[in-house]
Amino acid sequence: MNDLIGLVDWSRAQFALTAMYHWLFVPLTIGLSVIVAIMETIYVRTGNPRWKGITKFWMTLFGINFACGVATGLILEFEFGTNWSNYSWFVGDIFGAPLAIEGLLAFFMEATFVAVMFFGWNKVSRGFHLASTWLTALGVSLSALWILVANAWMQYPTGMEFDPAQMRNVMTDFFAVALSPVAINKFFHAVFSAWTLAGVFVIGVSSWLLWRRRNIAAAKSSMTIGSIVGLAGILLTLWTGHGSAVQVARVQPMKLAAMEGLYHGSVGQDLVGFGILKPESSRTAEEPMLFSVDIPYGLSYLIYGNGDNFVPGINDLIDGISINAAGDTIHGLSYADKILIGKQAQDALRRYADARNAGDEAAMAAAAADVKEHFPYFGYGYLPSPEAAVPNVSMTFYAFRIMVIAGGYLLALFVVLIFLCRRKPEVLEHPWLCWVGMLSIVIVWVCSQAGWVLAEVGRQPWVIQDLMPTTAAISGVPAGSVKLTFWIFAAVFTGLLIAEISIMLRYIATASKGDIETPKH
Amino acid sequence: MEKLELLQAYWWLLIAVLGAALVFLLFVQGGQSMLYCRATKEQRQLMVNSLGRKWEFTFTTLVVFGGAFFASFPLFYSTSFGGAYWLWMLILLSFVLQAVSYEFRRKRGNIYGTRIYDGFLMFNSLFGCVLLGVAVGMFFFGGAFTVTKTNILDASAPVISQWAPTHGLEAIFCWKNLLLGFAVFFLARTMAALYFINNIGGDAELTARMRRKVLVNGLIFAVLFVAFLVVLLLAGGYRHFEGQLIAEDYIYLHNLLGMWWLAAILLVGVVAVLYGIFRAAFDSKWRAGIWYAGFGAAAVVVVLFCIAGYGGTAYLPSTVDAASSLTLANSSSSEFTLTAMSWVSILVPFVLAYIWYVWSKMNASPLTEKELEGESHQY
Repeated sequence: MNDLIGLVDWSRAQFALTAMYHWLFVPLTIGLSVIVAIMETIYVRTGNPRWKGITKFWMTLFGINFACGVATGLILEFEFGTNWSNYSWFVGDIFGAPLAIEGLLAFFMEATFVAVMFFGWNKVSRGFHLASTWLTALGVSLSALWILVANAWMQYPTGMEFDPAQMRNVMTDFFAVALSPVAINKFFHAVFSAWTLAGVFVIGVSSWLLWRRRNIAAAKSSMTIGSIVGLAGILLTLWTGHGSAVQVARVQPMKLAAMEGLYHGSVGQDLVGFGILKPESSRTAEEPMLFSVDIPYGLSYLIYGNGDNFVPGINDLIDGISINAAGDTIHGLSYADKILIGKQAQDALRRYADARNAGDEAAMAAAAADVKEHFPYFGYGYLPSPEAAVPNVSMTFYAFRIMVIAGGYLLALFVVLIFLCRRKPEVLEHPWLCWVGMLSIVIVWVCSQAGWVLAEVGRQPWVIQDLMPTTAAISGVPAGSVKLTFWIFAAVFTGLLIAEISIMLRYIATASKGDIETPKH
Repeated sequence: MEKLELLQAYWWLLIAVLGAALVFLLFVQGGQSMLYCRATKEQRQLMVNSLGRKWEFTFTTLVVFGGAFFASFPLFYSTSFGGAYWLWMLILLSFVLQAVSYEFRRKRGNIYGTRIYDGFLMFNSLFGCVLLGVAVGMFFFGGAFTVTKTNILDASAPVISQWAPTHGLEAIFCWKNLLLGFAVFFLARTMAALYFINNIGGDAELTARMRRKVLVNGLIFAVLFVAFLVVLLLAGGYRHFEGQLIAEDYIYLHNLLGMWWLAAILLVGVVAVLYGIFRAAFDSKWRAGIWYAGFGAAAVVVVLFCIAGYGGTAYLPSTVDAASSLTLANSSSSEFTLTAMSWVSILVPFVLAYIWYVWSKMNASPLTEKELEGESHQY
């Protein structure tokens, strides 16, 4: 059992490592592809060659980053098989389809048209080149769509049923999987956040150019585009983020409770604007916070649009308690009940397998009916206690706050910069503002990573919500092997990240010594 | 044939076609193995940039191959990837290093220097080709694994597919698998030389050297492949019959003879490969060898996949528990999923059409030093 825990922990660590590195590169690819396409569109529409130069400058940075995103993405796809083989069988019938569609429809589009983007300037017409740049951007976003459909399905399994004969889930409704509200929100939230990130990246690099007083006109033009795309991105990210929170409240209430550090919910629940949790050892359900600044009724309003609704806390969910509109306490299924039901589902599945081996069709039918009845809580049967269904509250709570606070800062940054770009462009050259722009690059990446930490840590212990915990999803590989590959990939990805940053910095420094607006070729 | 069986056969054919496309595109890896060969700096630049404009197709095809396998035969994905851990991890690592090497190798500030990135390309070339061949070799010579689905009900040891403790290392050191692996490697080198002949212009000396390489590597490939084919056709396996997996000697030979059209395609494929090799080697004006040899190699790969999986053959035989062996029937996705995916696969011709269109536009004329000098984005 100890080896199993070690294996699960190292497998989780390896997947988290890969996913976090992947998400360092991918949002820049998604967002920068759109920004580059906009810049090239301006070039094609105006015919002004300075925009060709500006486009090529950012396109080169896009290319440097693109390779790292591709490299880390490969590992991520195959790790579902190498490290989560049980998962791959249990839900492969549903989960594999979006991955295959992603490859077929999105990756080939990217791979084909990105070559035209880089090498086609003198080989194809302007219009064809521009179309290729937009198709690359479309391919990148389509790729995000299908992988987020897959991710959303793990958080909100739908459009499937369990087949006891094969001991796995099978798809019954493709469109329920592809168009689930969780998937749609996730997709737009992730893509718009990528626009935000790329906008800040362009602002940060442009700020460096302004600080060093190089290519000032190109820097200001780039900053204008970056700020506009960034503002659109952050506004849409906030909107879809709200949609995501509503969906989380509906399908993953435990994640919402952890996000808020909320142990006992209430009608008209406050929202924690900012706060510090007590250390876990001294935290009590009644007084979980060291201090907090609350927004009265905020959480109820945020989720339900009015202050009269009850928002359950962690302990309420464990105990199955809620409060109705009349103020009465309602006792529903506790987590202890769900564990019992989960074990009943698993027992029924054992009976089904035995009956099948014995060729007893009547017993098989009876057992299958029991499995079906109890299956919604199948995964609870693996949990040793109700408390095992609670994610890491501190990590989830702080990740949410970091994301929201950083998002608020970025909104203000974009608004100020757009104002300055249009009305007082000379202020953009102030060194302190340049430093704000450059340091914002760090903030936006922290914000972006915090979003994924929130989404993925907050859903623990589930790899598939309510149906399969991570402990049951693993491969039969020794923990030592996974530990070794973890460190190999950690070294490789870190080495690549350092190289990428170094190449980018050197390129920016070198290219900016010349005239960015005058393309060499 | 029932609808589910038809869908399973259709998806196995699609997997075979993707595998064939992957083997064709391994010319990129084959070319990478030639970067340390005798060449001037300018020739090496031409070779790298010629390959660099195509590496993403190989990479993408590998990803799609994996995704399609996951979607259509998830028990294979679960059993092979989770079992032969080291085999797949080494393959993946080699491709990860490749993915950045083209873009980074000559960029200023790349920290590790061009030679390290070229070393990565060499690593990917050898390990990528040989180990992918080993992975396909397992389709015939199997692995030491068991599949027990009821394990999932044991919370303390829930893993369904259990593999030998060597976790894929035994497959890497199986000489039969290595035979195919090295055949793939030398095929990739042959194809690379053919590709350079087709894609690089204005350097007669390089082209002449590539024609010699076509012949040498082509002959080594032919010897290795014939040896593999003999071993394969003498090998036994398991066939699904009345609900059980029954051992059968010479199963792949029986499959080839039983499905005569496969034998015909194999013959056409072999002839096309040999024609591509020999004409390219001896006709100093001919540049189309890559298409003949590429088509031929792809046809042979499709045939290998078909005799591995069709006719109820276990395409991943277990060497320790016959009943655990994977067949198309016991490892596939459901009828619903295969149907839904089949609708999506209607778009494949559209994807192929735009790839062909862009390829022909970008390769309208061979890559020359002059073109490279005028290019702002170089590898």
